Amino acid sequence: MSSAQVTERQAPPAKREITTLPRFSDRVFRGVVSLMSMSSLVILSLIGIFLAYRGFETFRSQGIHFLTSPDWLSETDASGKVIYKFGMSAMLIGTLLISIVAVIVGVPLSVLAALFLTFYAPNSLKKFFVTIVDVMAAFPSILYGLWGFFVLSPMAEYWAKLINKYFGWFPAFHVDDPSFNSSPFIAGLVLSIMIIPIVTSVSREIFSQTPLDRIQAAYALGATRWAMIRTVALPFGASGIVGGAMLGLGRALGETVAVYSVLNIVYKINWHVLYGFGGNVASMIVSKWGEASFTEAKALLAAGLVLFIMTLLVNMGANSIVTRTIKSGR
Amino acid sequence: MTNLEASAVTPLTPWKATLNQRLFTVLLLAVAIALSYIVVAVTPMKGKLAYAFLFMLFSVGFQATHAGIKRGRTAAVDAIAGSIAVAGAVLVFTPVISLIFTTIIRGSKGLRVNTFTQTMEHAAMTDPISQGGLLHSLIGTLYLILIATVISLPLALLTALYLTEIKGRAAGFIQFLVQAMSGVPSIVAGVFIYAALLLTTSLHGSTIMGALPLAILMIPTVTRTAQEVLLLVPQDLREAGVALGATQWKTVATIVVPAARSGLITAVILGIARIAGETAPLLFTLGVSDKINWNPLNGGQSALPYYVWSGLGLGSPEAIQRAWTGILVLLMIVLVLFTAARILGREKK
Repeated sequence: MSSAQVTERQAPPAKREITTLPRFSDRVFRGVVSLMSMSSLVILSLIGIFLAYRGFETFRSQGIHFLTSPDWLSETDASGKVIYKFGMSAMLIGTLLISIVAVIVGVPLSVLAALFLTFYAPNSLKKFFVTIVDVMAAFPSILYGLWGFFVLSPMAEYWAKLINKYFGWFPAFHVDDPSFNSSPFIAGLVLSIMIIPIVTSVSREIFSQTPLDRIQAAYALGATRWAMIRTVALPFGASGIVGGAMLGLGRALGETVAVYSVLNIVYKINWHVLYGFGGNVASMIVSKWGEASFTEAKALLAAGLVLFIMTLLVNMGANSIVTRTIKSGR
Repeated sequence: MTNLEASAVTPLTPWKATLNQRLFTVLLLAVAIALSYIVVAVTPMKGKLAYAFLFMLFSVGFQATHAGIKRGRTAAVDAIAGSIAVAGAVLVFTPVISLIFTTIIRGSKGLRVNTFTQTMEHAAMTDPISQGGLLHSLIGTLYLILIATVISLPLALLTALYLTEIKGRAAGFIQFLVQAMSGVPSIVAGVFIYAALLLTTSLHGSTIMGALPLAILMIPTVTRTAQEVLLLVPQDLREAGVALGATQWKTVATIVVPAARSGLITAVILGIARIAGETAPLLFTLGVSDKINWNPLNGGQSALPYYVWSGLGLGSPEAIQRAWTGILVLLMIVLVLFTAARILGREKK
């Protein structure tokens, strides 16, 4: 073999580069998509930053009283200086009270509905019912407000009277004078209907993941349907139901329009569920906004931050519980 | 084949109720209805609540006793549990029916031709309903939906693609944030836009400002639905695309997204249904307008939820009638959107 022969041959084509590196177009694609997927992080941070920035002044001037004092007023003292007192404890208590009523009424109903849909309903009825629950989630909140004010309130007022008549000895059901309309109880009932769709669909999803072998094992051992639910489905879905209830609570905490429509908003601490006044943080922001001065508007933005943090914490907790339950079910 | 068909017997369904059992159940319910009427007539208990309560009590009691006599205590407990589950479902169902029917009955009383052809420019909310209409609010709502969709759709779609196609290191974290974002109260989105853009600047409420909080609320809904439909696209299609030498970008753009198209449209529609009725953020960012405003950057705008809100706030019979009519139109829009989403979603499967 001489070297001349080799040089005579045509030079082989350049070797194609084999690589796992993405092409330029893919790098652009991945870059753009990854960047845009950060939008949720950016938006959530911006909400927190801007509300904190605008509310900072209020937090500094009011200190812990912003959370613990029930007064929300501005006074002019003798020298003509305006003194602002911003405290949201009355509204925080109101929020808590309304949300508790909503959860106590709404969650058991939703869990029952989810049980019915998963284990009792025939298929045709089930499809129809699931659609209804989904439609419910898409109803505008002002519709619930309008309906709550004109349709539910008159009925609920009567129910409130009955509860007060027979269970009035229980401190929360006490009223100082017979004023039952526009109470936290009624607002809570409206909210309980509003949280039904989310709690029902989460519970239904959890129940539908109950391992079939365990269900069949229970039936094979002679369990009735209820015995199967009690020993298999409910223990399996328990933490998921808690998560669903917390998602409902998160919705109830931040509801504005429906509560504003049915509730008589008064800035005083009211622990009595049936008594006709109360408020929640979101409805306070709306009702104070119209005639708010610049300083007061900032205080309302600070209240918005408190609301944002509250709902974010509740939701994050709820989501991690639900996700964990759904994963463990697989 | 014919032999097999001929020899096939109808399968036994021993778990299904026979005609006799069904008749007996109906009889029990009838007795329960009759008894609750009698009790209401005789005792001081009165009202619809008493009827409903007694009927539930009697029917549950009868079913349980019947099951108990036939098959023992366990069966009685089972019957009670079953009836309670049914009662829960009925209690969930009742308000929905009431909501829809009340809206239709009360809202349709205020439907006139001028409702859809006139604005409130030359009429007050408290004027008779033969004057003025909600045309400006209807256009405003459609305008808001359009702008909010244009803003949120790219963000939501790309986030969904990141979660399903790229599955980057941050996927778990982004998923968590999207879920957290879906829980942000609408009023917080509204005051955020106000705090960020309107409080200290010379800007005023306008259509675009109103659409921004709606876009924030729309992103998580669209992302989560889009993510679900993208996950339904078979993995084989993606592999086939890459195996034919396409880049990931080509695969996603020409195979995955077209395959999920109707599902993605469903996602957008559900997002729109989510924001169409939002009221709280608009109170801070929309400004006010009682006539049609085509300029999205300048001047106030109206929207159906806002129209309903102001009608409810005024409280005169005419204003409240306008509120009901407005909510009827809004509800119809939401229901049409929802049905459209359902039909498109069904084609996919």
